[in-house]
Amino acid sequence: MRKLLFESLFRQPLTEQAPRPDDAALAELAAAVGRTARRRLGRSLSIREVDAGSCNGCELEIHALGNAYYDVERFGIRFVASPRHADVLLVTGPVTNNMREALERTYRATPDPKWVVAAGDCARDGGCFAGSYAVVGGVSAVVPVDLHIPGCPPSPIAILRGLIGLLEAVDSGVAAR
Amino acid sequence: MPTLIDLIRAGRKVERHHPWPRAVVDSDAWRAAAGALADGGLSLLGLWGEPSCVHMAIVDERTSDIGVVSLDCPDRRFPSVAACHPPALRLERTIHDLFGLQAAGTPDPRPWLDHGRWPMRFPLGERLDAAPDPAPYQFLPAEGDGLHQIPVGPVHAGIIEPGHFRFTASGETVVRLEQRLGYTHKGVEGLMTGSAVEQAARLAGRVSGDSTVAYALAFAQAVEAAQQIAVPPRAVLLRALMAEFERLANHLGDIGAICNDASFALMQAHCAVLREAVLRAADAAFGHRLMRDLVVPGGVARDIAGDGPNAIRAALDQIRRHFPALIELYDNTASLQDRTVGTGIVTAALARQFAAGGYVGRASGRDHDARRKPGYLPYDGLRFEVPVLGDGDVNARVWIRIREVQQSLALAYQILVGLEAGPVRVSLRAASEAAEGIALVEGFRGDILVWLRLNGDRIDRCHLRDPSWFQWPLLEAAIEGNIVADFPLCNKSFNCSYSGQDL
Repeated sequence: MRKLLFESLFRQPLTEQAPRPDDAALAELAAAVGRTARRRLGRSLSIREVDAGSCNGCELEIHALGNAYYDVERFGIRFVASPRHADVLLVTGPVTNNMREALERTYRATPDPKWVVAAGDCARDGGCFAGSYAVVGGVSAVVPVDLHIPGCPPSPIAILRGLIGLLEAVDSGVAAR
Repeated sequence: MPTLIDLIRAGRKVERHHPWPRAVVDSDAWRAAAGALADGGLSLLGLWGEPSCVHMAIVDERTSDIGVVSLDCPDRRFPSVAACHPPALRLERTIHDLFGLQAAGTPDPRPWLDHGRWPMRFPLGERLDAAPDPAPYQFLPAEGDGLHQIPVGPVHAGIIEPGHFRFTASGETVVRLEQRLGYTHKGVEGLMTGSAVEQAARLAGRVSGDSTVAYALAFAQAVEAAQQIAVPPRAVLLRALMAEFERLANHLGDIGAICNDASFALMQAHCAVLREAVLRAADAAFGHRLMRDLVVPGGVARDIAGDGPNAIRAALDQIRRHFPALIELYDNTASLQDRTVGTGIVTAALARQFAAGGYVGRASGRDHDARRKPGYLPYDGLRFEVPVLGDGDVNARVWIRIREVQQSLALAYQILVGLEAGPVRVSLRAASEAAEGIALVEGFRGDILVWLRLNGDRIDRCHLRDPSWFQWPLLEAAIEGNIVADFPLCNKSFNCSYSGQDL
């Protein structure tokens, strides 16, 4: 273990490696998220993720936000375990009938001010699951949505970009609920 | 004890069902099949319904033959298989919830996927109005001095899928875990019924997001079996390349996440970097990080990008360089081993009884891999080993994954070398006659079963069975006698799919 840790001390961080097109975009996004989040919410933005019926694809990419390439925590954005600690609900999936109440209760448990971000194509309108007897529809059919991030699933970059979009909307005066 | 061939011979063989036989049997033969499952000569691969019949897919453990037996249920009842073979229980409860067919003699008549929240009962059978006030779900009792219950979910603390776990604990020790799933039930099989093949293929790729390639592949192989068409060799290899890449990404993610649940974040950080390398290479080669909607009936939707093989080779090289140090780290960190060794044991007998696939089965001595048996192209021409261990604990499930990462690396290199120019897709037949197909594909989690009936270019009925159906119940057994704090570790070492089983 010591060797691995020792090497890590001297290696360039992965986030600052020679730029590919993605990395350049990432650096830009990173700076923007950092500035805006600090102005609105001090130094942190707490996100509670809720899977309201997704296929788990969106969860995989939200997880990826935490890896060394994206390292979302360096901006003070972190995922919290309880809706009571959250500023933002990040909701995925078509909302299933079986998850509807759980989503509503999670929303009610989140203190104001709060924002809801719907991630993924299913979260907009149910996607390819729309019309099923078991699906209510998109997230906005159950709780008010402030922002939608498209994609099936949205890439980690797209999710980061979406979070900036939310912060900018918040800045321009869209009231939190 | 009847063999599978006896069972099939006893019934009326169904024409145009490929590649393995299907026979309509009487209720005596159905019971005989259930008895043979209980005796262990046969293993259950799947159990599913239609509006007025039930089907059971079986593998004969002696000969590795696969077959389907079907039973007509004119009076909307069928003899319960779960009465003598518990692995069938949740599947039977599902058949009742979706089709309204009663399993006569079932040991557990409670609903499974139907939480009383749908606008109707029996959505895929003869529909009834939903009960106005469904009774609250009764959890199984656990009685004794000082026992307390811990309800968890459906919304969990991490970024994971929803499900409910009801623990009964005595102090720190788990006395009973009962799972309640179905929260992500989206009605996929209902949506597929009557849909075009292309639309159904998209749905198949969205049953479980982490296995999108494996599901799309299983669905495509079932369609191709029904239509009796062969896909071009280049498409076969590209599919296998994507499937092994998906296995790599998931196993790397899991190895890190399991260690993270033992509070060893260093492993997680390094594994996540390798996982990201795989996803970026997949994006460069195939245009999608998770390789979604790329495997389609008839071949693949598009060829690998010109510089795709190089991107993939670079990712493989990166893993080959860095992974050995991580294996050493896992193996030599005593505090981590202290958590994983001897934790959450699944006995070999249970793994065999439930015919558990994937790392859950193979860590408990069940030597089964659908790539080998029944086997499918191109794996007969590739060199790989199927690792099997006997300890059945969290540690064994980690080691199976480690070994499979090494095998998938070797497979991916072989596929890249064997890739020759050629077409990547053939068109489907404009078939008019109804035809049925079945496929068993090894996803990273285990074997995925897809059975379908085509009517022209439409899906008449399609059933997709996730490997998790036969793994979730084993988690209930594995956690018994362990401490509550080890549950996340055990759960992650299983990494069962919620969406895949809820469907």
